[in-house]
Amino acid sequence: MLFLYSATIAALIMSVIADKNKTALSLKTALKIFLKILPDLLLVIVLAAFILYFIPASTIGRYLGADNHFFAITLALVFGSITMMPGFIAFPLCGLLLHQGVPYFVLGAFSTSLMMVGVITFPIEKTYLGVKTALLRNFISLVIALIVSLVIGIIYREILL
Amino acid sequence: MKKDKIIETTVFSLFTSFILLSFILRIDSGMQMGKKTIYFAKNLFLVLPPAFILIGLFQVWVKRESVEKHLGTGSGLMAHLWVTLLAGTTVGGLYVAFPVAAALYSKGAKLSVIFTYLGAAAIVRIPMTIFEASFLGLKFTIIRFLISIPLVIVSSEIFGRYLEARSYKMRENSK
Repeated sequence: MLFLYSATIAALIMSVIADKNKTALSLKTALKIFLKILPDLLLVIVLAAFILYFIPASTIGRYLGADNHFFAITLALVFGSITMMPGFIAFPLCGLLLHQGVPYFVLGAFSTSLMMVGVITFPIEKTYLGVKTALLRNFISLVIALIVSLVIGIIYREILL
Repeated sequence: MKKDKIIETTVFSLFTSFILLSFILRIDSGMQMGKKTIYFAKNLFLVLPPAFILIGLFQVWVKRESVEKHLGTGSGLMAHLWVTLLAGTTVGGLYVAFPVAAALYSKGAKLSVIFTYLGAAAIVRIPMTIFEASFLGLKFTIIRFLISIPLVIVSSEIFGRYLEARSYKMRENSK
């Protein structure tokens, strides 16, 4: 959090020195995007409330925790592939799950497959790529998400070799 | 306002009224839920101002045209890296990336470069990445980049060659 604020302040100072007008435009753009996304964020708060209240941390830990790596990764990959949500919703929820004890490698599997694999967007994708190529692209993406997840787990020492 | 935004706002308003009512009527479950939510919301709104300022600065200072200028110049690995940078400026999900990929294809970009673009548009969009780093930490984002970008480039190169060997043609008009 401290780093985020220092980085932002540093970026703002550099921007002001370089060009005041552009900085003002940046802040206006920031506000515009924020207002556009605000309803999504409000929904995130409601979702978070339900997760925090109805699903105890111990239950989350049992299914998405470190007990059963294979099951947790599979669940995260499947969920990431079939759902479609903007990063503005997904990452605050990932942050929440992290605090509830979900390991980084599970979040890596979920976020990477969420971004790269699109079951819901498949009908659009196949009009551009054709069915076979679209299927292959999604399969390759799923494998990449799996590798990313495993390496993250190893680096954070959540998956011990 | 779009329809789903109205629905989202309505859901939130109903939820907030329920929590407020619980505190007035001392409904235990509602009050507990409220306390947990306030903690989460407080953190969320602490992260948002810097995250959005960074996104705003990025949108204004990094113009996609300046990246596009370099697209034709590189070959081999450089082409992949430039297209990855271009993908970083993408706003919106994969569904926005497909039309751009089709446009790149019709301009003569190699298939492998196009698949790098599609992969990178999913994983390195900068505004989204700022959000990711804010909630999961910069270390997580850096690790994810360092693993996934090379994987995307290598797999796209192989996939592109495989398709070219089968004289695959991408459909330029998706209608």
